Amino acid sequence: MSSPAVLKANLESALGSRFAAPLTFRPRPALEFVSTGIPEVDSLAGGLPRGAITEIFGPASSGRTSLLVSMVAAATARQEACALVDASDTFDPGSARAAGVALERLLWIRCDGNPEHALQAADLIIQGGGFGLVTLDLGDIPPRIAGRIPLSSWYRFQRAIENTPTALVVLEQAPWAKSCAALILETKQEGVAWSGAPGCSRLLRGVRLEVTPRKPARSAHAALEVKALG
Amino acid sequence: MFACIHAPGVSLLECARDFSPLVEETAPGTVVLDIEGLAHLLGSAQELAEAIARRVSELGLRANVAVASNPDAAIHAALGFQGISVIPPGSEAEWLGRLPVEVLSPPLEIAETLARWGIRTFREFAVLPEAGISERLGQEGVRLQRLARGAGCRPLVPANPLPAYEQAMELEYPVALLAPLSFILARLLSQLCGDLESRGLATHELRLKLQLEEGSEHTRALRLPFPMRDSRTFLKLLQLDLDSHPPQGPVVGVSLSAQPVNPRVIQDGLFVPLAPEPQKLELTLARIAKVVGENNLGAPELLDTHRPDAFRLSRIRLQPGPAAKRQYLHLALRRFRPPLEAQVEAPSGRPARIQARGVRGSVRSLAGPWRSSGDWWTPDAWARDDWDVALGNGALYRIYLDRLKGGWFVEGSYD
Repeated sequence: MSSPAVLKANLESALGSRFAAPLTFRPRPALEFVSTGIPEVDSLAGGLPRGAITEIFGPASSGRTSLLVSMVAAATARQEACALVDASDTFDPGSARAAGVALERLLWIRCDGNPEHALQAADLIIQGGGFGLVTLDLGDIPPRIAGRIPLSSWYRFQRAIENTPTALVVLEQAPWAKSCAALILETKQEGVAWSGAPGCSRLLRGVRLEVTPRKPARSAHAALEVKALG
Repeated sequence: MFACIHAPGVSLLECARDFSPLVEETAPGTVVLDIEGLAHLLGSAQELAEAIARRVSELGLRANVAVASNPDAAIHAALGFQGISVIPPGSEAEWLGRLPVEVLSPPLEIAETLARWGIRTFREFAVLPEAGISERLGQEGVRLQRLARGAGCRPLVPANPLPAYEQAMELEYPVALLAPLSFILARLLSQLCGDLESRGLATHELRLKLQLEEGSEHTRALRLPFPMRDSRTFLKLLQLDLDSHPPQGPVVGVSLSAQPVNPRVIQDGLFVPLAPEPQKLELTLARIAKVVGENNLGAPELLDTHRPDAFRLSRIRLQPGPAAKRQYLHLALRRFRPPLEAQVEAPSGRPARIQARGVRGSVRSLAGPWRSSGDWWTPDAWARDDWDVALGNGALYRIYLDRLKGGWFVEGSYD
């Protein structure tokens, strides 16, 4: 009677011409992390993983977009090409420029509220390769529609960017990629900062927000103060 | 043997090409042609020179025609002698000896030196010792002296006309579907790219002309951001373009033309930042354009105006640019395009309650108004009062009162 090791060796030699070591466990290479552009988030979550999906979720005005724009600014500062797949056409180039985004290195794809087009465009961008950061903004897509995105789509994205230097960041109201994501960040608004007395001289100074890693789960969180444009 | 035709101020290229494909235009009105082997067709050198002179006179021109064993001797003879001159091989120095040295077009310094020496003709110049010429006039003097002896030995540099990079095919039967048309395009592109490659060229503009059965033409132009000559990439780009802009009827003729340019030469380094491969990016962009529309993708470029949300989309830049400025965590705005019409209760001129599609609530805190206006000198004027408002649920919005139209709008949410 053959031992399992001999059987495995026989099977692998029989399939060797078609598959390289099909029964041998291949450890997944360690993820490479790059800066998100926010030191507090880098020290909390280790940075932005390349070759993996990162989800940023939270309600409106919780600072999700500011976090995303900061990541794009950091990537363009590294001279990388970036792509923003904007499902609801909400991206504001003016505030992105103020946050340090080199707009000439950002490919903005406006999908006019069609999440299906956004998924197709993101797929094409990822399959094309070569982008350092691909962002998929589903932040204004209602959860009842975003929740219908099949899990297979997220697995497809995960497989497509695996072993590539591309980081895929998805912005949404609730985490939908779940197990396909390597990093999930939740943002929460902690308050709004105003200056001046309640009257005509008042000015929006910024927003205080809290970023908590949900995957890998951490009890710690980062408290950030996001300044409004002067 | 070489023949030279000289008629000042006239382009003689076409006339010379009637006799030989190897033609060099040395100056406007002076062409040299290689006539080797034409004796079988047109007879002796004298008969050939007479045939050329007849052809030129048929065009209503008067020209000098000279035949010699090398291009330079033929040129100098045509420049210096009227009518037809046929110089037998070996007697160039004797024939050219009578010509003045000005025919050589020497540089001013050498011309003055020769004048001081009293050298007037080719013959006088030719008999001077070469070592002395080299010592006093340098290599240019030696070259000129060799020409004066009729001993030039340079090759002819033919001025070939730029070939037309065009491929066309007429179809026996009309083609109504794009799939069979792709096979025809693939064949034409393969030939076109082969032509470009054989001359070390590429193209940055490809024009497709489809002759339709009804008689009209369907024309498409692919403008590429950098020169390419990969037929497979072109085919894919054309297929995607035709998918988006199909011809309005069956096709009976296909014509493809390319604008030839020098290919792109780049040297990638080890530390070049991450960027998509340009050819692949072109295909990706064309595929995405098919999904979202070609006007909905590109790199945003802010316009030089105070008008809110003024931008245009341009091509993404892949080359490393200047170092980006320091980044800041800034509050980003998510714009609603178009802005949401809102019902705003403003009892004392200050918003107290907002109601719009997806936005509803009492105003908890606010800042404003910030008044701005512009373009009042155009029909597209704008004037508005901006407010930053925080609603009871914590959401932050920028709203504005349109002072020209008189309505309230929600411009976007801070996020």
